[in-house]
Amino acid sequence: MTGHRLAWVMVAAALVAGCGDKPQQNGDQQVVLIGQASPLTGPQAHLGKDNENGARLALDEINAAGLTLGGKKVVLELKSEDDAADPKTATTVAQKLVDEGVAGVIGHLNSGATIPASKIYSDNNIPQISPSATAVAYTAAGYKTAFRVMTNDAQQGSVLGNYAVTKLGAKKIAIIDDRTAYGQGLADEVEKAVKAAGGDVVAREYTSDRSTDFMAILTSIKGKAPDLVFFGGMDPQAAPMIKQMKQLGMTAKFLGGDGVQTPTFIQLAGPDAEGALASNPGLPLDAMPGGSAFKAKFEAKYGQIQNYAPYAYDAMHVLIDAMKRAGSSAPAKYLAELPKTDYQGVTGRIRFDAKGDLAGGAVTLYQVKDGKWQTLETVQSGK
Amino acid sequence: MDIFLQQLINGLVLGSVYALVALGYTMVYGILELINFAHGEITMMGAMVALAVIGALALAAPGLPGVLVLGAGLVVAIPVCVALGLVIERVAYRPLRHAPRLAPLITAIGVSIILQNVAMLIWGKQYIPFPAVLPQGRHTFHGAAITDVQIAILLLATAIMLMLILVVQKTRLGRAMRATAQSRQVASLMGVDVNRVIAATFAIGSALAAVAGVMVSAYYGLAHYYMGFLLGLKAFSAAVLGGIGNLGGAMLGGLLLGLIESFGAGYIGDLTGGFLGSNYQDVFAFFVLIAVLVFRPSGLLGARGVERA
Repeated sequence: MTGHRLAWVMVAAALVAGCGDKPQQNGDQQVVLIGQASPLTGPQAHLGKDNENGARLALDEINAAGLTLGGKKVVLELKSEDDAADPKTATTVAQKLVDEGVAGVIGHLNSGATIPASKIYSDNNIPQISPSATAVAYTAAGYKTAFRVMTNDAQQGSVLGNYAVTKLGAKKIAIIDDRTAYGQGLADEVEKAVKAAGGDVVAREYTSDRSTDFMAILTSIKGKAPDLVFFGGMDPQAAPMIKQMKQLGMTAKFLGGDGVQTPTFIQLAGPDAEGALASNPGLPLDAMPGGSAFKAKFEAKYGQIQNYAPYAYDAMHVLIDAMKRAGSSAPAKYLAELPKTDYQGVTGRIRFDAKGDLAGGAVTLYQVKDGKWQTLETVQSGK
Repeated sequence: MDIFLQQLINGLVLGSVYALVALGYTMVYGILELINFAHGEITMMGAMVALAVIGALALAAPGLPGVLVLGAGLVVAIPVCVALGLVIERVAYRPLRHAPRLAPLITAIGVSIILQNVAMLIWGKQYIPFPAVLPQGRHTFHGAAITDVQIAILLLATAIMLMLILVVQKTRLGRAMRATAQSRQVASLMGVDVNRVIAATFAIGSALAAVAGVMVSAYYGLAHYYMGFLLGLKAFSAAVLGGIGNLGGAMLGGLLLGLIESFGAGYIGDLTGGFLGSNYQDVFAFFVLIAVLVFRPSGLLGARGVERA
C-alpha cells in the first residue's frame, strides 16, 4: 500500500518538476533550450569548443529547416556551459542547465565529468547524450537518461582482443597494464576477448603510470615467447616499453589502445615505433559515411575539426529526432523514444543497446608505418 | 638460465643508476645529517639541460658524432648542476645549519617542488624525447641481450664510483670531508674550512646527479619534469638500505635495490604460482628494506656513529 502511495507521490513530484521545464513561449513560436557542456577553458578548451561547434552546427541546420513538434513551430536555442573537464565543476554546470530548463543535454566531453553529471540529469529526468565519454562506468550506473554515440572502452577492448587473435594470428598473448582505471579496464576486456577467441594469455604483468623501466617484466614475458604484447596504458610508458622490447630482441608484435595511438608515441619511440599497432574508438573522419560533406560544412563555419565535432553533431540530431517522433520536446515524452533511435548520421548508423551505449560501435586500428599512424581497418564491435 | 642472466643484467644496470644517485644523498647525509630531497630534481635538471644542449647542437651542427654530442651535453649539464647544488646549499641549507633538524628537511622539500615547477615552466609538461645519440648496438651471449648504452652505463658508473672512493680516501679534500663528518666543531678547530668542505660535497653530489640524469634519459629515451621524484625516492631508499652516510653502502644498496626489483618483478609471479604478480614489485623491494632495517637499523654497511662519509 505504502509502496503505491510512494509511487503516486513520485509521479506528482515528477509532474511538478516537469512544470519548471515548460518551454518558454515566444509569440506563436515555442523556444526549446538544449544544453551543451564541455571544457571551454583550460588545456582541453580546443576540444570542448569543437564539441560545442558540432552541436551548434546541427542545431542551426535544424532551425533553418524549420522544426514542428506536435503541430507547433519550435525554435531551438543552445545553452553552452564550461565544465573545465573537472568532475566538481561538471555537477555545478549540470545543475545550472537543469535549473535553466533545458529539454536535453549534449555532453559532457570527458568521462570524468560525464559520470558525476549523469546523476543530476537522471535525478531531473533530462536526457543526456555524450559525444565522447568512453568509460564503461558512465552507462553502467543504469540511468535511463544516459546515452552515448561513442564506442566505449569495453567495446574497444573486445575488438582489440579479438583482432589480435583472429586477424593478427597471435596465439600466445602477454598483457601488461598500468593499474589505472583506464589501463586496467581496457586490459581486462582484452583478456576476456582473447580467451573467447581461443587465444592463450601467457602472461599478465603490471606496471605503473610513472614507470619507465620495464626490462624485468619484459624479460619475464620474453621467457614465455608470446606472439603479441598488449599494453593497456598511455604513450609515455608505451614508448620506452617498445624500445626495451627491441633492446631485448623481442619479435612479438606490440598492440595498444587509444592511449597509445598518439603522435607523441611516435615522437618518443622514434624508429622503434615502426610496426606498432593501436586502436582508437570511432572512425577516421575521411572514412565516415558523411565525413567529407561534414568537413566542408564545418570548416566553412568554424575552421579545422579537432576531434569529436562529428559526434556532437550526430548527438544533437539524434536528440531532436527522438523529439520529432514523440511530437514533443517534453523530456517525459520523448525520453521513451530515445532507446528506439535508428539514425543514419555522419559518423555512421546510430542505435542504442539496453544500457544506452552505441550498438555495434566502430573501432579503428592503426599501425605505424614510415613514422606515421596509418589506418589499417575499422571493425564493428559486437561481432 | 638466459632469463636469469638477462634479469641480472637488467638489475645491475638499474642498480648502478640508483647507486650513482644514492651517493649524492649519502654524502650530504654523512656530513650534515640532512636528507637533501632536492637531489632527485638535480638529476632531472641534468637531463633537461643536456637535452637542451643536444637539441641546440642538432640544429647548429648536424652530423656530429653521437658520443661527442652527448659529451657536450654532459660538459654543460655538470657545471649547471654543480652551480645549482651550490646555490641550493648556500640559500636553503646554510642559513638553517644550526636550526632544528626538521627545518632544513622542509626547505629541502620546498626546493624540490620549486625545481620541478621551474622545469615545468621552461620545458613544459609533456614528455620530451631524448635523441638516440649513442650507438644502438646489441650484443647477445647465452641468450641474454646487452646494449651499448647499458654497457656504457655500467662502465661509467663503475669508473665514477672508483674515482669517488679515491677522492674520499686519498686526497686532502677527502680527509677534510671525513673529518667534517666525524665532528664539524673539531674539524673546524683543526683548521678545516667546514663551509668549503660542505660546498664541495654538494658540488660533487650534484655532478654525480647530472651524470646519472643524462644516463637515465639516454637509456629510456625520454625526459620529463617529474622524472627526478621517483628516481630520487628509489635512490634514497637504496642509500638507507646500504646504510645512509656510508659510500660503500650507497653503492651496495643501489645495486641490491636494482637486483631485487628486477628479480622480484621477473620471478614473483612464477614463484607464487600467479598468486602475487609484478604489481607487487615495489612492495617486494620495500619489504626487503623494512626487513633489513628491523635487523640492522643503520642499514647493511651503516656504521654506528663513527666513520661516516
